Amino acid sequence: MSRLVAILLLLCLPAVAAERRSGFDFMSPATQEMQREDALNPAMLWVAEGEAQWNETPANGKSCAGCHGDATASMRGVAARYPAYDERSGKAIDLQGRINACRATHQHQPAAFDAESRPLLGLAAYLGLQSRGLPVRAPDDPRLAPALRKGEALFHTAMGQLNFSCTQCHDANWGKRLAGSPIPQAHPTGYPIYRLEWQDMGSLQRRLRNCMTGVRAEPFPYGADELVELELYLNSRAAGMAMETPAVRP
Amino acid sequence: MVRALISVPKTAKKGEVIEIKTLISHVMETGYRPDATGKVAPRDILRRFTCRYNDEEVFSADLWQAVAANPFISFTTVATASGTLSFTWTGDNGFSQTETAAITVT
Repeated sequence: MSRLVAILLLLCLPAVAAERRSGFDFMSPATQEMQREDALNPAMLWVAEGEAQWNETPANGKSCAGCHGDATASMRGVAARYPAYDERSGKAIDLQGRINACRATHQHQPAAFDAESRPLLGLAAYLGLQSRGLPVRAPDDPRLAPALRKGEALFHTAMGQLNFSCTQCHDANWGKRLAGSPIPQAHPTGYPIYRLEWQDMGSLQRRLRNCMTGVRAEPFPYGADELVELELYLNSRAAGMAMETPAVRP
Repeated sequence: MVRALISVPKTAKKGEVIEIKTLISHVMETGYRPDATGKVAPRDILRRFTCRYNDEEVFSADLWQAVAANPFISFTTVATASGTLSFTWTGDNGFSQTETAAITVT
């Protein structure tokens, strides 16, 4: 009898592991409401800024709208398939990286937007909004395979003084609590997010660096290949889940 | 660049209670926190919010350091006549921002 129970339990295990839940499900009803209703969601302030940026023509350059037209049509579903392969650099590139690359090559702007700056996060949030509700798309470019493998390896690499890997918390212990907060499954469906703890908007890279500081590792610098590879792997795990950008997190 | 989002019903019946939601981007720096260099950052908060309905003040609020960044303020008023609602936030360092919204009352 007990063997039968054990077999049944084993049969159930893959189903439990396959159950993917967004960080949204772990939030309090009040915070969920904040994300659900645009009038309450502070991230919409960044979206408004991003929309203005989209249409603004820089000196000696073209506006985003000048090439891409109306973002609500041309950018639909685009954010859901990033990070993507970048022909120019031959590497994986995330949405913020693409915005800066576009800025340099097509808008002829000498200076890239700083990491976590308002215009960069605003544009990323505005583009993300155009994919809201659409499924995250798995990276399907074979040229991304090496970066994806590196990202996966990083996800399983223990680091820092506390010697933790991502998978130890987010695969093995999700749903439990860390310092009073639930541990989510690390599906980056809502970035850039407005985080109540930050009282500010932040990118996935900021969040990843946060976790690294948490395990007392030296975080990779903004824009590092490692961070983009991790983003790529995380997105492949989240493939098929609905985009929530711009999301709110506690 | 300061952004503010206002949510006001476009139309209402006379005498109807309408809900107004406002959201503004502001750091609400308390004046108690050390910044990255270890020095205490000077206070920079919104001090007052007022809503005027056809130039008559219908709602106001004082804000203090305990208020979170990017404050959300929601309140109700009675739709009396068609016209303009104007919203003004004022604060430290000469901060002042005014937004308006039109309403049609039938």
